[in-house]
Amino acid sequence: MTSVLAGSSAAGAVPSAATPIKLRVENLGISFQRDGVLMPVLGDINLEVRDGEFVCLLGPSGCGKSTLLNAMAGFLQPTSGQVLVDGEAVRGPDPRRIFVFQERGVFPWLTVAGNIGFGLGKLSREERAKRVQHYVQMVGLEGFESSYPHELSGGMKQRVEVARALAVNPDVMFLDEPFGALDSITRMIMRGELLQIWQAERKTILFVTHDIDEAVQLADRVVVLSARPGRIQRIVNVDLPHPRDISSARYLELRDGILAEVGLAHRI
Amino acid sequence: MNQTSRIQDMERWLWPILATVVFLLLWHFAVLWSGTRIFPSPREVEVGLSQLAQRGVLYRDIIDSLRRVAIGYFAAVGLGIPLGLLLGWYPAADQTVNPVIQILRPISPIAWIPVAILFFGVGDDAAIFLVFLGAFFPIVITCVDAVSNVPLIYRRAGSNFGLTAPQVLARVVFPAALPQILVGLRIALGIGWLVVVAGEMIAVNSGLGYLIIDSRNSGKRYDLVVGAMLLIGIIGLALDAIFRRLESIKPVRWGFRHES
Repeated sequence: MTSVLAGSSAAGAVPSAATPIKLRVENLGISFQRDGVLMPVLGDINLEVRDGEFVCLLGPSGCGKSTLLNAMAGFLQPTSGQVLVDGEAVRGPDPRRIFVFQERGVFPWLTVAGNIGFGLGKLSREERAKRVQHYVQMVGLEGFESSYPHELSGGMKQRVEVARALAVNPDVMFLDEPFGALDSITRMIMRGELLQIWQAERKTILFVTHDIDEAVQLADRVVVLSARPGRIQRIVNVDLPHPRDISSARYLELRDGILAEVGLAHRI
Repeated sequence: MNQTSRIQDMERWLWPILATVVFLLLWHFAVLWSGTRIFPSPREVEVGLSQLAQRGVLYRDIIDSLRRVAIGYFAAVGLGIPLGLLLGWYPAADQTVNPVIQILRPISPIAWIPVAILFFGVGDDAAIFLVFLGAFFPIVITCVDAVSNVPLIYRRAGSNFGLTAPQVLARVVFPAALPQILVGLRIALGIGWLVVVAGEMIAVNSGLGYLIIDSRNSGKRYDLVVGAMLLIGIIGLALDAIFRRLESIKPVRWGFRHES
């Protein structure tokens, strides 16, 4: 796995301005037809994401953050504007950019090993087995290789899906509220594991969430979207080194800043 | 195994057996008390069937019926699944063909008997064709349904990993739809077994359906009529039970509710 380290600086460092742009969203707008009326969902989105950067898209439900992610991944054609990856316009889904759904995206008819090896059809049998084993270990599912998803917990299924994505060695990963269906303890554990994987493999990650704490714990930058039609309201740099102290003054300051940004006071 | 689970295990068998015994007793006494001379008692049915079995006729009839169902059914599976997958995959094609299917589907295969004889003459092929018709439409329709029920995220995941459209169909859509398709296949097998009896009453000179009509026509042997009916029921149950076993194999098990 040496190739995944290409282009990255020392592990754990936030990509600097010198790092090349991986993904660029230009004047992107998306509208849906509903009852014959064109409903704008996203308007005038401009965003640059650097290679190896971890960016969270944050916003209230229905603001179009998932739509934006789907457009970046090539599942949706934008109504206006475009998405560029490595300077090339995105025309459709591509194995170099893998989309991770909530754990619902795991294939229930395949074993854990079958799922993780799903995208490795071009490799030889031994090569595939080796790669599968590597990622089984990385996500801590040793001993469950021949289990079926319905025999696993939600957190384990999510690990399978992350491993399935990592196994094809993509440059970019799109995660759409990947931990949304998990209990809060599992969610915390999974965040830690995702950060470790990110630091080891240096993927560019775009992560959709509606959880402010999750965004501040994970991201280099948090993109705050406004309510529908979604626009970029603000981009917050999270200048905290990993591992992050979630009771530090700076953490709380950043979190409260974003809370205020989405129009909430930090009192209930 | 503890005491309660052993009792529960026994009860699973005990009550159905008891119900069957009660049913046979009721039948027996109903025949006795009504004084009927035509309708047979369970004992008479058993004697009649074992006579037939000794002459080897019964065995041949069963095999003939099963063979006709097997050929007609597998032809329906072989044509129905690919067609159903295709129509499910291309909604435009489905919309085009759907009216024709919806008109043909409610026509009982029995209504096709004259047409079947016209096409194939009196013989095996006509009966097999009727089984085929009975099984074909449910298979096509459940396949179309099953494919359109496959969650979009599975298809997206498939194409995200670089699969071509035929690969997505084979490696994602088909396995995702398989549990629902199996339900349709099971229903279709039941229909095929229903239809073969009707077909054999008219189109051929062997099989359990023929046994029923022949026993009635040649000497009002109602012991054999009822015996053949019971055999049809028992074999139908056995076919269904065998099919149900498929539901517990691992790659489709997720699609069925299993209490374990």
